[in-house]
Amino acid sequence: MNFQTLSQLAVLCEKRNLSIGALMLEEQSAESGRTQEQEFAKMSQYYGVMKEAVHRGMNENTTSRSGLTGLDAQRVGAYNAAAEPCLGGAAGEAMAYALAVSEVNASMGRIIATPTAGSCGIIPGVFLSCQQRFGWDDDFMVYGLFAAGAIGYVIANNSFVSGAEGGCQAEVGSAIGMAAGALTELRGGTPAQAMHAVGLALKNTLGLICDPVGGLVEIPCIVRNGFGAVTALAAADMALAGVRSVIPSDEVIKVMLEVGSAMPEKHRETAGGGLAQTPTGRKIMEDLRREK
Amino acid sequence: MRFKDVFSIIGPAMVGPSSSHTAGAARIGRAARQVLGEMPRLAEVIFFGSFAATYQGHGTDRAIAGGLLDFSTDDPRLPDSIELAEELGMEISFRQGAGLFPHPNTVQLRLTGKDSGSELTLTGISIGGGNIEIVDIDGFGVKLSGMYPTILINHMDYLGVLASVTDVMRKGKFNIGHMSLDRKNRSGAALTVLELDESATPELLQDLKALPAVKSVTLVDLNEIQELKQDDKGKESTS
Repeated sequence: MNFQTLSQLAVLCEKRNLSIGALMLEEQSAESGRTQEQEFAKMSQYYGVMKEAVHRGMNENTTSRSGLTGLDAQRVGAYNAAAEPCLGGAAGEAMAYALAVSEVNASMGRIIATPTAGSCGIIPGVFLSCQQRFGWDDDFMVYGLFAAGAIGYVIANNSFVSGAEGGCQAEVGSAIGMAAGALTELRGGTPAQAMHAVGLALKNTLGLICDPVGGLVEIPCIVRNGFGAVTALAAADMALAGVRSVIPSDEVIKVMLEVGSAMPEKHRETAGGGLAQTPTGRKIMEDLRREK
Repeated sequence: MRFKDVFSIIGPAMVGPSSSHTAGAARIGRAARQVLGEMPRLAEVIFFGSFAATYQGHGTDRAIAGGLLDFSTDDPRLPDSIELAEELGMEISFRQGAGLFPHPNTVQLRLTGKDSGSELTLTGISIGGGNIEIVDIDGFGVKLSGMYPTILINHMDYLGVLASVTDVMRKGKFNIGHMSLDRKNRSGAALTVLELDESATPELLQDLKALPAVKSVTLVDLNEIQELKQDDKGKESTS
């Protein structure tokens, strides 16, 4: 790839007068040796899988094999439709869809890792709810996925995207940053604004530990996907309104690396601390062991 | 750069719940099946580290079984793969291993082929985001990522084998991205691993098999671009 940082990515887009998504498609094709059409078709299929996962999570039984989680997306969906929700509108919908995909994941359904399975709800939640609201076509959304991928590529290579390495800030945090930046571009923001959205979003998840109860990708992972989708919308709105990430986004990514590296092992997906080691978390873990 | 392209960030398409414990495990199982060259009749699965501690909750056992059935990471049959494997006559067992292991997510597979009865012991590690490394094949040290089509050549340690292999590759116009060789001892059994930019043709494999001192040639190709189901069900469902 011809860029290693977000600022290089933004400069390259502006110089070439290309969107982040279009530039990433070009770079990807050059890297893989396959045509842009082939790479675009693969990403289109991935978007189809994301839609299918949202649909399943909103309509089918998503109780996980552990029995710990499931059907929260449908609870939120029904509540959004019947009551006067606090968030409501697109944000409520994005939250429900993100929960839906994450619950499909926990029930061993088919998803796209974005960037990981533990954070697979945020990008589909944001993308599908906004597609419905703004009437965008599928190809437009696929360019958005390439934009999200470009941002994730920078984060992954300068910091990390897995909870085991850098805590939940790396996993859910990266997904929020990717969704926020991509959405800013889809809504007509400049590449520079998109990069500010990434920095604003990442700042809000710095320090988030990875503490899955029983070691499973369920509690608190699923609800963090729901919250993450809402945060991504908020970050895109701030950036589109002209709010800047005063600490440049590339520097925020480095802070994530610093904070994640300093995290004790028990807070990095080992279930050795945090929510996993509360009295209730420990009891759930013991119950799961006994069932085996 | 640890992550090479956009699809190592967006993707893989997979069955949940964990890219390292489920998708990575499925790819290790599938690589092993392809190295064996047929469906196993017997499969002994030994989990180490985090795999051993949480394999049931993450469906790592089901992912391995699905991989041994040559399922891709997003095959909807993965959650039922253990039952499917038993129906197809695969005897599969799971246990927790002890002792030293190379990575927190390590699995060793001991397989016996269904038709030939040939045996394979393979060790794989899941390094995150669905990415894997096969680190040992029958005692040969390897470093196989499964990211690229890979050719395994079992041969005797013999002067000029590599030169003849690379000559076949040059004539067939196949570019080698990565290459390694490990041998048991001087003049003994050796394993050469070639990672290619594009998948090998049957002719190329034939030409390699015909070389002196070569015992067998196996292609491992986990590339998911052809595997992703062509159904577009998701497209009409929600938008």
